[in-house]
Amino acid sequence: MPTYVRTDKCDGCKGQDKTACMYICPHDLMKLDRDGSETGHAMRAFNQEPEQCWECYSCVKICPQQAIEARHYADIVPLGGMVQPLRGSDSIMWTIKFRNGTLKRFKFPIRTTPEGSIDCYGGKATADMAKIAEPGFFNHMEQNGYRPGNPAELIRK
Amino acid sequence: MADFANPEIVQEEVDILLIGGGMACCGAAYEIMRWADAAKTSAGVDLKIKLVDKAAMDRSGAVAQGLSAINTYIGSEQDPADYARMVSNDLMGITRDDLAYDLGRHVDESVHLFEEWGLPIWKTDENGERHDGAQGMTPLKDGGKPVRSGKWQIMINGESYKWIVAEAAKKALGLDRIQERVFIVHLMNDKNDKGRIAGAAGFSTRENKIHIYKAKAVLLAAGGCVNIFRPRSVGEGTGRAWYPVWNAGSTYSMAAEAGAELTMMENRFVPARFKDGYGPVGAWFLLFKSQATNAFGEVYMVKNKEMLNDYPPYGQAAVPASCLRNHLMLKEMQEGRGPIWMDTVTALAKLRETLTPREVKHLEAEAWEDFLDMCVGQCGIWVGENIEPEKKNSELMPTEPYLLGSHSGCCGIWVSGPTDVGAPTTEELPGVPDHLPKGWNWGYRGMTTVKGLFTAGDGVGASGHKFSSGSHAEGRLAAKSMVKYCLDNKDLKVEIDETPEQIAEAIWKPVRNYLEFKDYTTAIDVNPNYITPKMLQFRLQKIMDEYVAGVATYYKTNNVMLEVAEQKLEMLKEDAEKMRAKDLHELLRAWENYHRILTAEAHMKHIQFREESRYPGFYYRMDKNFVDEENWHCFVNSIYDKTTKKWTVFKRAHVDLVDKSKLFKPAAH
Repeated sequence: MPTYVRTDKCDGCKGQDKTACMYICPHDLMKLDRDGSETGHAMRAFNQEPEQCWECYSCVKICPQQAIEARHYADIVPLGGMVQPLRGSDSIMWTIKFRNGTLKRFKFPIRTTPEGSIDCYGGKATADMAKIAEPGFFNHMEQNGYRPGNPAELIRK
Repeated sequence: MADFANPEIVQEEVDILLIGGGMACCGAAYEIMRWADAAKTSAGVDLKIKLVDKAAMDRSGAVAQGLSAINTYIGSEQDPADYARMVSNDLMGITRDDLAYDLGRHVDESVHLFEEWGLPIWKTDENGERHDGAQGMTPLKDGGKPVRSGKWQIMINGESYKWIVAEAAKKALGLDRIQERVFIVHLMNDKNDKGRIAGAAGFSTRENKIHIYKAKAVLLAAGGCVNIFRPRSVGEGTGRAWYPVWNAGSTYSMAAEAGAELTMMENRFVPARFKDGYGPVGAWFLLFKSQATNAFGEVYMVKNKEMLNDYPPYGQAAVPASCLRNHLMLKEMQEGRGPIWMDTVTALAKLRETLTPREVKHLEAEAWEDFLDMCVGQCGIWVGENIEPEKKNSELMPTEPYLLGSHSGCCGIWVSGPTDVGAPTTEELPGVPDHLPKGWNWGYRGMTTVKGLFTAGDGVGASGHKFSSGSHAEGRLAAKSMVKYCLDNKDLKVEIDETPEQIAEAIWKPVRNYLEFKDYTTAIDVNPNYITPKMLQFRLQKIMDEYVAGVATYYKTNNVMLEVAEQKLEMLKEDAEKMRAKDLHELLRAWENYHRILTAEAHMKHIQFREESRYPGFYYRMDKNFVDEENWHCFVNSIYDKTTKKWTVFKRAHVDLVDKSKLFKPAAH
C-alpha cells in the first residue's frame, strides 16, 4: 500500500531540518509540509507520490512517533486489512489484522549484535599490497569462505 | 544565494568515486579502505574516496526492505564450477563463466562477514530441525549448517540485512566520505582520451546544488531497471514493482553514454510471482515443497514437460532455465486454463502430517516471515483478501519485464574478468569495433571498456545469479582493482571534456523548461512546450508494452513491431529534451526517466539484432520463434555514440570455461 501519515501522531520530527521518513525513504516520497500549504496540516509529513510507493515500510519502521501506516494499494487490495510493525533493536514485532478481523502476531529476530556495534576491521589483517593482483579479498580466508575450486573443472586452463 | 533558477555548482576532485549505495557499493566501501590504507603505507599514495547515493545507505538499493534469503551461498560442499554451470543454464547458455566462477569462489567470504556483523542466519541442528538465526548456534564460518531452500539459497531473518551491511560500509568509509541524496545522472570522459572516464555529475534532491566530481576511477553500481514496461497494476499499484521501483536503468544508460560496451541487453527477467503483491515464491517451492497448478489442479511442469524438449540442451537440465518454466506456465494461461495457483493448502497440510504442534506454529511463522522480511505488500494482499495460506491458495502470475544483471537476468556492461581461469584472449567473431578489447580481460577486474570506469552487481552483464551476497562480493572485487588502477596511473591527470557550465545547463534543463513556459497555460501539467516526467514514463511504458513484448502481447513481438517501436522511441528520446521539473523531486523523476529511455532503447535494439528467441517464456520474436544454437550461441553487445545518438550492435563469441555437459546427466534424485 502506499503509506500514509496520521495527523494525530506526526510531529514533523519537531521541526528539525529533515524528518526521519524523509531521511530514509529510498524513493524520495516523504515530504514535510512546514506551513500546511500542501496538505492543510502544518508541520506534518506526507507521501507526495503514493503511486510510486514500493511499500517497503522503511518510513513506517523508522518513524519515532509510529505515525506512519499503510493502506494497501487501492487499485488491488480490498479495504480493512492492516500490517503494522514495531521494530526494536534486535527484533521486529508484526501485528497483522485481516479484513475479516482475524489477528496474528509474529516476532522475528533482526540482528544478533547491538546496533552500531560493528567493528568492521577489528581483529582483521591489513591488506597486503603484494597480493593486489591475486584472487581473494584483503582478509583472504579469514572468514573461511574462499572456495578455491577443483582446478580440473577449468577446461581451458 | 542559490535558488531554484540559479543552482550552485559544487566541484570536488577525488581519486575514486563510488556511485550507488546498494550491496555492490557497500561491498566496495568495505574492501576499498583497507587497500587504500595499504596504498598509503606501502606506496605513499593517499587516495581520496567518495561514495554518492541518491537515497540513504541504510535503506537504499534492492535490499532496502530486507530479504528472507541469501540466494548465493556456495558452501564448502559445492564447487565454483557448479555455480558457473547453474548460472549458464538458467540463462540459456550465454554467460561469462570467468565472471560467474570468480564470483562463486569469493562470495561466501562476504556471507560469513554478514553473520559476524549480526545478520541472523537460520541453522539446521543435528536432528534436521530448523532454527532462526538468533539462537547462538555455530556460525557458518565455523561449520554451522545453514537451512538450504534450494541448492544455492540459504534462509535468513533478513529484515535488517541492508541496515547491517550499510553500517559496516559507513564505518569503513567514515561519514566524511559519504554524500547521500545526490543523484548522479551523467558521466564525463577525459578531454585528452575519450575512452577514459574523468568524472560524474548530478544534483542534490534536497538543495539547489549541482555536484561535479572529477575522478580517476568510478564505480557505477546504481542497480537495474524497473518500470520501462507498462506494469500490470497502473494505479497506486504501479509502485508495487517486483524489483525496486527506484532502479531506473541509471547504470546502463550512463555507462552507454560514456562509451562503455553493453552486453546481453536483450535479456530480461519476467519473474513468476504471487499475483499483484509479487511476493517471493522460492521458499514456497523449495522449502515448503508447494506445487503450482493450472485452474484445474494440473501441475503444468509435469503436464507440459515435453515442451522442454523443444529447447535442448537447456530444457534437459535437472532444473530447467527460469524462462522455460514460464514458457510452460504461459501455455496454460494462453489456452484459457488460468488462473495459475500456488497450492499452499496441500503443501502445508502435507508438512503438518509429520510435525509437532510447536513445529506447526513455527512453520506458520516461517511462511509469513518469508513475505514480511522482503515484501510486506504481499501480506497486505493476503490480509485484504482474507488469505491464510493453509486455508486458501494464492494466484501466481508472470510480471512485467525487468532488466537486471544480478538476479535471473544477465543484461549489463561488458567487463574485464579474472586472468587465471582460462578466459579467451582473442575474439573469434568479426564485427567488433576496433577500439574495443578482444579477449575477456584487459587488466582490471570489473573495469568496463572505458578506462577507469568500473561496475558491479546489476551493472555486470552476462553473469546473473549473484543476488545480494554476490553483488557485495563483486563490489569488493571492483574496489580492489580500482585501487590498483589508481596506483598504476599515479601520475594520470584527467581533464573533464565539458565545462561546469555545460554540465549544469544539461542537468538543469527540465527546470529551465518549466520556468520558461509555466505561465503559458493555466493548468501546469498541460503545456505544449514541455512534458511531465510522469507522462513521458507512461509513453515509454506503452511503447515497450505494446511493441517490445510486454504483457499486452503475452511477451510476443516481431521484426515489424520492433521497427515501429524503434521510430516511436526515437521521438520519445527527442521529447525527453522537453521534460519539465517543477521541483527537485520532479527533477529526480525526469532524469530517472531519461535513463529508462536509453535502457529501453538498448533492450529493443538488442532484441532486434538477435534473430532468434533465446528466452522463451521471457520474450518471443514470433518471426524467429526458435533457439538457433548454430548462429546465435554468442553474446550480443553494443556501444552507443552520445553525439550521434546511435547504437552499434555486434556479436562476440561465446566460450565455455567449465564443462556444461555435466548438467545434463540424469538428476540424482
